[in-house]
Amino acid sequence: MTKIERNERLIRLCLLVVAFSAISVLAVITIFIFEQGTPIMFKYGFKNFLLGQDWYPSEKSFGLFPMIVGSLMVTLGALIIGVPLGLASAIFLTEFSNRRLARILKPFIELLAGIPSVVYGFIGLMFLIPFIRENLGGPGLSVLASSIILGVMILPTVTSIAIDSIRAVPDSFREGSIALGATKWQTVKMVILPAARSGIVAGVVLGMGRAIGETMAVIMVAGNAAAIPDSILAPVRTLTSNIALEMAYASGEHRQALFATGVILFVIIMILNTIANLTSARQKKR
Amino acid sequence: MKTTGITVRNFSHYYGQHQSLKNLNLDVYRNEILGIIGPAKSGKSTFLTCLNRLNDLIPGSRVEGKILIDNQDIYQPDVDVVALRRKLGLVFATPVPLPTTIYENVVYGVRLLGKNNHQELDDIVEDSLEKAGLWNEVKDRLKTSALKLSGGQQQRLCLARVLALKPEYIMLDEPTSGLDPISTMKIEDSLRILKNDFTIILVTNNTKQAARIADRTAFFLMGELIEIDETAIIFTRPSDERTEAYLQGKFG
Repeated sequence: MTKIERNERLIRLCLLVVAFSAISVLAVITIFIFEQGTPIMFKYGFKNFLLGQDWYPSEKSFGLFPMIVGSLMVTLGALIIGVPLGLASAIFLTEFSNRRLARILKPFIELLAGIPSVVYGFIGLMFLIPFIRENLGGPGLSVLASSIILGVMILPTVTSIAIDSIRAVPDSFREGSIALGATKWQTVKMVILPAARSGIVAGVVLGMGRAIGETMAVIMVAGNAAAIPDSILAPVRTLTSNIALEMAYASGEHRQALFATGVILFVIIMILNTIANLTSARQKKR
Repeated sequence: MKTTGITVRNFSHYYGQHQSLKNLNLDVYRNEILGIIGPAKSGKSTFLTCLNRLNDLIPGSRVEGKILIDNQDIYQPDVDVVALRRKLGLVFATPVPLPTTIYENVVYGVRLLGKNNHQELDDIVEDSLEKAGLWNEVKDRLKTSALKLSGGQQQRLCLARVLALKPEYIMLDEPTSGLDPISTMKIEDSLRILKNDFTIILVTNNTKQAARIADRTAFFLMGELIEIDETAIIFTRPSDERTEAYLQGKFG
């Protein structure tokens, strides 16, 4: 064995160890969460966890339904706000603006992803909450406020993935459509968006993952009442907030119930990621 | 008696600083097949995109001179470009069906006009595919993906989708460059028949193709029109020695 071959082997071995340790972290987290969270779910019954309406940990009542609904509501709200905005900016930057403007604007949109979430929460608290309270009523801390903040937070994800997948549509599609007498907008609507659809969907699902996992900004603007909100102006608590708010002082079964919250969150996010992978795999096949 | 459809006078085209077409003067007659031959980069394709103003899409594109189509100056600001592009259908070198069904590919341009009547669309699909020589091969699978067709079939589909718009002119940019001889023959057969109803401009890399089906042939070189004449004359006794050299394969 020459020296070069020996070096190659050594490097391969090192990379293997590094790669496996990255994956093993994921494995450890998964095992830990499930190990800590599932026993209490078995003890009190899955149904009580998933569908129970009351969260009174001190009285052994661990109903997570309000938080599940809360997470889904703010995530849906974030998508309703973030996806049209993100898609519209992506379409504008790729198809309707000149190249220079796109080169200037795209980094700014991506910069949104670099702002710490506590800053989003703070801005929401300072400007958005008083605005909602004074103009729309309610306490201000609400589903609406969380949705708006999260909608802005997922913008960079949705926009930049949509831009990439719209750019990946071959120019020959555009030319073909325009040569058949289509206007630019008709081309976007009937050719570009359908061709880029699975990429756009993957971006939306990733944005959704970000929205459902976001904690700090949501805690600051959501109000965090553990009850199913009766309007979009009512306060709401999400699964992530539930863990973050109570972990500091929880012990015993309360603590295990928070891990159970983590399990449910984990499963929801796994489902979303699987959907994202499946749609992008389908795109590759085409 | 020949009637003139397209009149090109002192026409030049630029990409930024680069002059891609130099002072062209030529006429295209109604119901003829005009073959355009010449080596790569001689401006043949650019000329087609100037005729339907697809060159508008390219940043830095600029024109001088005049093109009259049915006596309308197509570079006037009040020209309806969308209508112009419907009137001059363009078939590209690489067939690019839109990522949808065969049926939807054919009716794409028609739907843009707002037509949605099923019977009418069905008739257009059958008629266009028939004219493009594709109907018998695909009539049983109109609702399947156009991307599953072979290259030759895709190119005829692209022809059909242009025909569906009922254009007056059909421009083809090296339509058979990537096709096998049998597919090529089918397209050439279609063009011979289509000539009766349409005016056809055929850009081709294959000089023999021009010899086979063009009524007149134009020879482009480096953005210049070297000569244009009856195909028989171009191929037997061209008046410019460069044409002769190209046809004999001395360059290209």
